[in-house]
Amino acid sequence: MSSQTNLAERGMAVGLRALNKIASSDIVDRLGLRDQAERLLHETTKTTMRTAATAGRTFAAAQKLSRPARQPKGRRSDLFDLTPTDEQQMLRDSVREFALAKLRPVTEAADDACEMPAELLSAANELGLSMVGVPEQLGGAVEERSAVTSVLMSEALAQGDMGMAVSCLAPAGVSTALSLWGDADQQATYLPEFVGENVPAAALAVLEPRALFDPFKLQTRARARDGGYVLDGAKSLVPRAADGELFIVAAELEGRGPALFVVEAKAGGIAVEPQPAMGVRAAATGVLTFDAVQLPEGALLGDADLAVYAECVALARLGWCALAVGTAQAVLDYVIPYVNERKAFGEPISNRQAVAFTVANIAIELEGMRLATYRAASRVDQDLSFAREVSIARRLCAERGMAIGSDGVQMLGGHGYVKDHPVERWYRDLRAAGLMEGALIV
Amino acid sequence: MPINLETPKKFAGLVSQAHIVATEVFRPNSRKYDDAEHSYPKELDMLAAAIDGMNESGALGGAGAGGVGGNGNGDGNGNGASAKKADPNANRNGSNMASLLGLTELCWGDVGLLLTMPRQGLGQAAIAAVADDEQLKRFGRKWAAMAITEPEAGSDSAAIRTTARLDGDEYVLNGEKIFVTSGDRAELIVVWATLDPKQGRAAIKSFVVERDNPGLKLDRLEHKLGIRASDTANFRLEDCRVPKENLLGSPEIEPKRGFAGVMQTFDNTRPLVAGMAIGVARACLERTRELLEEAGVEIDYDAPPHSQSAAASEFIAMESDWEAARLLTLQAAWMADNRKPNSLQASMAKAKAGRTGTDVALRCVALCGSVGYGEGELLEKWARDAKILDLFEGTQQIQLLIIARQLLGKTSAELK
Repeated sequence: MSSQTNLAERGMAVGLRALNKIASSDIVDRLGLRDQAERLLHETTKTTMRTAATAGRTFAAAQKLSRPARQPKGRRSDLFDLTPTDEQQMLRDSVREFALAKLRPVTEAADDACEMPAELLSAANELGLSMVGVPEQLGGAVEERSAVTSVLMSEALAQGDMGMAVSCLAPAGVSTALSLWGDADQQATYLPEFVGENVPAAALAVLEPRALFDPFKLQTRARARDGGYVLDGAKSLVPRAADGELFIVAAELEGRGPALFVVEAKAGGIAVEPQPAMGVRAAATGVLTFDAVQLPEGALLGDADLAVYAECVALARLGWCALAVGTAQAVLDYVIPYVNERKAFGEPISNRQAVAFTVANIAIELEGMRLATYRAASRVDQDLSFAREVSIARRLCAERGMAIGSDGVQMLGGHGYVKDHPVERWYRDLRAAGLMEGALIV
Repeated sequence: MPINLETPKKFAGLVSQAHIVATEVFRPNSRKYDDAEHSYPKELDMLAAAIDGMNESGALGGAGAGGVGGNGNGDGNGNGASAKKADPNANRNGSNMASLLGLTELCWGDVGLLLTMPRQGLGQAAIAAVADDEQLKRFGRKWAAMAITEPEAGSDSAAIRTTARLDGDEYVLNGEKIFVTSGDRAELIVVWATLDPKQGRAAIKSFVVERDNPGLKLDRLEHKLGIRASDTANFRLEDCRVPKENLLGSPEIEPKRGFAGVMQTFDNTRPLVAGMAIGVARACLERTRELLEEAGVEIDYDAPPHSQSAAASEFIAMESDWEAARLLTLQAAWMADNRKPNSLQASMAKAKAGRTGTDVALRCVALCGSVGYGEGELLEKWARDAKILDLFEGTQQIQLLIIARQLLGKTSAELK
């Protein structure tokens, strides 16, 4: 602990286990480039049948906590500043390197397979993603609560692939939620698994399968019964639904309002059905159905506090904003060299204003999305209200982000429509940012 | 320090001063001078004197009232009291941000009146950017207008045909200048002219001309769509003689440097014009929100767009674009304060804020129906005022050209 202070005094708030791990363990090199696509095909035998969820380990508290641990919030800042801290830059850069070097080459195969290669998932875990939101005394990686750090890492990961980013980040969302709102027992039971070598498959299940879904009007219901709860309903587009071991499920608690429940896959009465979608397919999305699932009293997270629930919904939307920013950046980075190299009528098509202005507008709107997302995240970290700022970032990322996805395809013309180029996938992925609820939080 | 996009506390005093000026002086006179185009807003003289006083006392943190330009050389430390020597690499929130914030607030009051504030003219930006010490002493405190545009040279400032010929110790200027903001009211006019039309951009220089120079002849004042409180003058220069010391920057024609000197001005002023658009659009949003709430519309930031009324959803959409424009503009000013090259970000800010200002203002008028369209509210005026901000200091299309050329690595010959 004292070395923390010294490091902080030196102006580099480090001492982070995750950071050290990354800096010292050149993970990107160790991964090697075996033919992951081939390996993927081998594993693509997910059925489309509804099956009972049985996956998962037994979660048990190794030691008791007297009270829950929380990451402290950061200090309020006096100056406008867009420069990430040294620690954030290092985390972002190593995640981005991983995303571009490891995820990007297998995106098409992962998209087809509706799954991310297992060894890439465990490699991603080594980046410390699910440790960022966990308090240090519980083995976490970062001293202070930092949604900005999570946003930067999510954005960087999505530059490689949005679907795989979701697969990697969904467990991090669960560990962050447990850290923010879990009681001592919940933290002691679950968090050690998220800071260990073998991070459980986990996700936040909020969305429900119907049009005009509103996360504040849930149809999944929980009733208090026999000192515990009974859960009924269905959740859609849940990342890694089939192999999920732990879920945080949003449900209307009878007499209380919308609330969050910690649900182990082994609880009994949970059915899983794959739900491949237009995009983010490598997130292995599925529908979870709860049929009179019995939950213990300790399953309720955050005491059904509406403020906690609203915060959770907002932090998930913010996560999707970060993913949209990273994906839109990928579009811009891909389109610029393409329009410069592609010739028509004897010169590069980028010599035409119709093309060049489209590229300029992608850059303008992308930067607006990014700044709005950063502002919302920095307000989270400074303990300022952030509902309005998240709402604004989400609207930008939904509408402007989708337009960027569409323009990305448009700039390549017919070539953008075929799978030789990634722009069609980004088009499919970017639609998610405006409709997803839950799945992960930052 | 961590990433933070909130308005720095040290500028709160400046912003609240500007807000008082906007509320107490600008708003009450908005309709009056929109109706009485070309009549001089005399209320501003007293205000200008008061602002000079505030500047001298340091109350406005060296940022003036946030007027266009004129303040680009401040020490960047905001409140004079806290001016301690800082680490040169440390993050700075300085005069560029201060000017932007003050200006935005004043334009929340009235853009037209801001543009005709005595001693806050655009010409001061050019003077501040390139003048030497002696020139700063002679011109630094005066009201200076900027004369660039000609009937045949708008966005294409390299096509300027006004000539400057050295004759002994004087330059002799001949040509025609249009769209000179406050041209009739200012004390000085910074005139762009070419030393040699055959040598293109590199030969274009700026010259300070006193308003009472007999060679500077006022042709007429324009009648405009908006910003009517601000006069727009057209001039003829007929053998207009100025001392050769009135040339700003280097008198040499340096083809390599080209436009650098004069264009530098725009990297500083584009975020300010973006700030004007942000100010007007905020006025529109605030008034529209009041009128919508009177009409029973509730805006809920937690609810998805489809769960609320179309009006509430549209309001959040407008607010979102406005916020993107605002943050892009703060970014450009912050980069300038920290001496980071910001030409790209300045143009992105101007492009986004220019189009968002007009878009938001027009949609607010439509949302408020006959109330928005009628002269009983200022919404219709703001919608007329806002359009200029997507035109001057480089139109939307010029900004997109600048941005695209930078992103794509194109010359102006390749991407026309």
